[in-house]
Amino acid sequence: MSAVVEPPAPSSPSQPRPPAKITEAVIRLAGNSQDGIQAIGGFLARLAGRSEQEVMTFMTIPSTISGGPSIFQVRVGSGEVLTSGDEADLLMAFYQHSYNDHLSSLKPGGIVIYDSDHVTELKPENLEKYRHIGVAISSLTVEAIGGTGRDKGKNVFALGLLAKMFDLNIPKLTRLLEERFASKDASVLTNAMNAFNAGYNYELATAAQLFQFQPGQNVGQAQVVMSGNEALAWGLIAAGVRFGAGYPITPWSDIMELLRRELPKYGGMFIQCEDEIASISMAIGGSYGGRVAVTGSSGPGISLKTEALGWAVMAEMPLIVVDVQRGGPSTGMPTNIEQSDLNIAVFGGHGDSPRVVVAPATVEDCFYTAIEAVNVARKFSVPVIILTDQGIATRIEAFRLPDLQKLVQDISPDLSAVADHRPYDLTAPNGVTRHLAPGTRVASGKYPVVTGLEHDELGHPTGSGKLHTAMTSKRRNKLRRLADKIPLPTVFGSDHGNVLLVSWGSSQGPVQEAVKYAQAEGISVSSVHIKYVNPLPNGLDAIFSRFTHVLVVELNDEGLYGFGGQMTALLRSRYCDPKIVGLTKSDGLTWKIREILERVHTLTTKA
Amino acid sequence: MSSLQFPFDVLSRTGAAASLPAPAVILDQDRKPLTKKEVSADHPTWCPGCGDFSVLALYFKLIERRKIWHEKITTVAGIGCSSRFPYFVQAHGAHYIHGRALPFATGVSLSRPDLHVFVFGGDGDAFSIGGNHFVHAARKNVKLTYVVMDNQVYGLTKKQTSPTSPIGYKSKTDIWGAADRPLNPMKLAITAGATFVARTTATNPNHVLEMMEAAMDHDGFSFVECLSECVEFYEGAFDAANPRKGGKFELISKEHDVTDEYAAYKLADAPWPGQFGIFYKAAKPTKNQNEAKIISDHRAKVAGQADWQILQKSFDRMK
Repeated sequence: MSAVVEPPAPSSPSQPRPPAKITEAVIRLAGNSQDGIQAIGGFLARLAGRSEQEVMTFMTIPSTISGGPSIFQVRVGSGEVLTSGDEADLLMAFYQHSYNDHLSSLKPGGIVIYDSDHVTELKPENLEKYRHIGVAISSLTVEAIGGTGRDKGKNVFALGLLAKMFDLNIPKLTRLLEERFASKDASVLTNAMNAFNAGYNYELATAAQLFQFQPGQNVGQAQVVMSGNEALAWGLIAAGVRFGAGYPITPWSDIMELLRRELPKYGGMFIQCEDEIASISMAIGGSYGGRVAVTGSSGPGISLKTEALGWAVMAEMPLIVVDVQRGGPSTGMPTNIEQSDLNIAVFGGHGDSPRVVVAPATVEDCFYTAIEAVNVARKFSVPVIILTDQGIATRIEAFRLPDLQKLVQDISPDLSAVADHRPYDLTAPNGVTRHLAPGTRVASGKYPVVTGLEHDELGHPTGSGKLHTAMTSKRRNKLRRLADKIPLPTVFGSDHGNVLLVSWGSSQGPVQEAVKYAQAEGISVSSVHIKYVNPLPNGLDAIFSRFTHVLVVELNDEGLYGFGGQMTALLRSRYCDPKIVGLTKSDGLTWKIREILERVHTLTTKA
Repeated sequence: MSSLQFPFDVLSRTGAAASLPAPAVILDQDRKPLTKKEVSADHPTWCPGCGDFSVLALYFKLIERRKIWHEKITTVAGIGCSSRFPYFVQAHGAHYIHGRALPFATGVSLSRPDLHVFVFGGDGDAFSIGGNHFVHAARKNVKLTYVVMDNQVYGLTKKQTSPTSPIGYKSKTDIWGAADRPLNPMKLAITAGATFVARTTATNPNHVLEMMEAAMDHDGFSFVECLSECVEFYEGAFDAANPRKGGKFELISKEHDVTDEYAAYKLADAPWPGQFGIFYKAAKPTKNQNEAKIISDHRAKVAGQADWQILQKSFDRMK
């Protein structure tokens, strides 16, 4: 907790101390997955959004079907929040295992509030290191709700405790609770409010420090609060996508569920298919129908889709493929984060098959990237893979309400007749294929075929080596044209120095925060973020040349030859520069700032 | 956040062709039915004597007879000899990957209800690599016509056992004779929930046309199995159904109730070469209708609102 003003010492033990002013706090809720800790975490995040603050969450969910330990961490800040925080200021532990497993995630001197009905063994050495507050959360909740004997609602009781402790805005929180339970039976809201009030009025004041957030900096700015998966799905809708197909797989499923539920309002549909191959095929059929369509998956599903993806590259069919990366290979770690699908996204499949790969960095970026990806797919008549990951998919952030009136676009196909048409026209001025949607009349009477065979300009098959060379170049050159349009990313921090960290995807936040920490310590560390993974922007070499070390921070393995992970290999193959080295890990968790800085130190000081 | 500098220049749909003058508008009622010449494209790559020629010729005839315009036809296929079909038809078409023509065609059918979607393929494409898609397209009752040219052998890859090869058929992968029981396309289609199931043979052109036409007119997933001889690798496979070769072409009795699923299944059990005609036909909600209903129900609730306004409402709830 970054305290701005140290509170004066209490004049007497009986008088509560005045609240300490803070700029941010990291709160970790630890319990089991059915306890509704995600729900209260969500309330805290949305409250922050409505209070003009920044917020980022982090959660772990067990890959078991029901139950199992789960955490939800919320970092709320009056200033810029780039990560969900290395260490927590406050731990709310619902069970003995939550207490045992997560106490070490607290900062020294941090506060643990534990449910004394379940947490009974406290280690003496911990009592000195952390401030302990025991509250009989379970039994007090049962008492507050009316003694049904069930402790359902203890999450809301805990929310009441937190509301008191952090002087949260009660009218706003109450409204959030009301909105949440509006569709349910009135007794549900009554019970929730009873539990909340019981928590809020619990005599915590004398036992613990109270806190008060400084006003948020995003004043007067309407914010929306959502997860990365949601932002991506809404972005696709804003972009005009009206058809999609998918197959359930964690953590992609949220996107298909949202699209299935929402698209009919816009006259569209999302189809659940029998498998991953059918999904991409159906989406390609939808794109061929005239309006770019979406499919998506996570690791194993992407493997299954690669043959069809190759067809879309060959036929030059615009398409959006979302890959919400998780731990691999095979079934791997379905509910953990990893950035190990870069290779399959960029290279997956047989043959020379250039496609576009773009990786959003934040929840807000998921929304805008979806729109951009749709426009790139249309403009360059190419499949675009949106490479996101489990971390960004499930975390919640607040961001400025987009200008929807301006952003929402109509991409309905134009079916008006044409005189003649050659989709794979080798002399097209911009070198890009333009497909006619079926239903379009061609006056010349020559109709195009879209195909996975190498083809002539009308799409008819050819065995000509000359044409294969020309068409292969055509499919590659259009991505070079795209690369020319990608702006060179700006360097975060000093534009020259000792260490340059390269981030891609969701590691942007932790990397930039690491840069801030390093700078505060007087260590020369800057960073650059790559959003366009394929094609890469031009001119990165000029940036790299101004630093002694170039370390690519990515959540994957260092590789067989040990120089670094998948992005490292891509950058090395592009620039042939051995100073490009990977800073990788594969523990299935997001980066901690401390981890990055320690690794920077090790990598730049050895021999 | 590095972003592309949008807007790009306006998307020119047709590239070089866009500069050509727009065609004179001809009203549909003034258009003449397409001739065989107008509707045929590449010369088929099939071997002389292949049964598929007959199916192609009858497809042209269907187009001519029913006055379907070029632009309203979409011909989709997977991989195999028969799947080269789209190149031979002068109309919008897609030559997709092996076994996945049905989900592709489903995407077209659902997103473009204004088109006639025809899918052509072989037995390997339909029942082996694409078997799962066959089952699910049938069960979903997607509005499209699927003609499977069944030659009971892999022809394009030169004589391997197919899922419909009879026991004892000697192929390069079963030199001692095929041992796995062949699947019965009629039974498969009926149990999967197809709402139009018919069988014909390429050696009886009038019947092929009749079946294709009935399939096209069916609202739902219409499946036609057409025995189509591979003269190169399985010569004489269907002689038993060809009167010119001493066989018998037996039509399904007029008494057969096409809406009786059990009777249809039983009919499919008839000994080789079996019977020909419509085995099963039932009016059931199509996937297209079901989705259209969901859409109209939702659209009614947001009537009069622009897309951005509908989206704005959702975003306001996330404040």
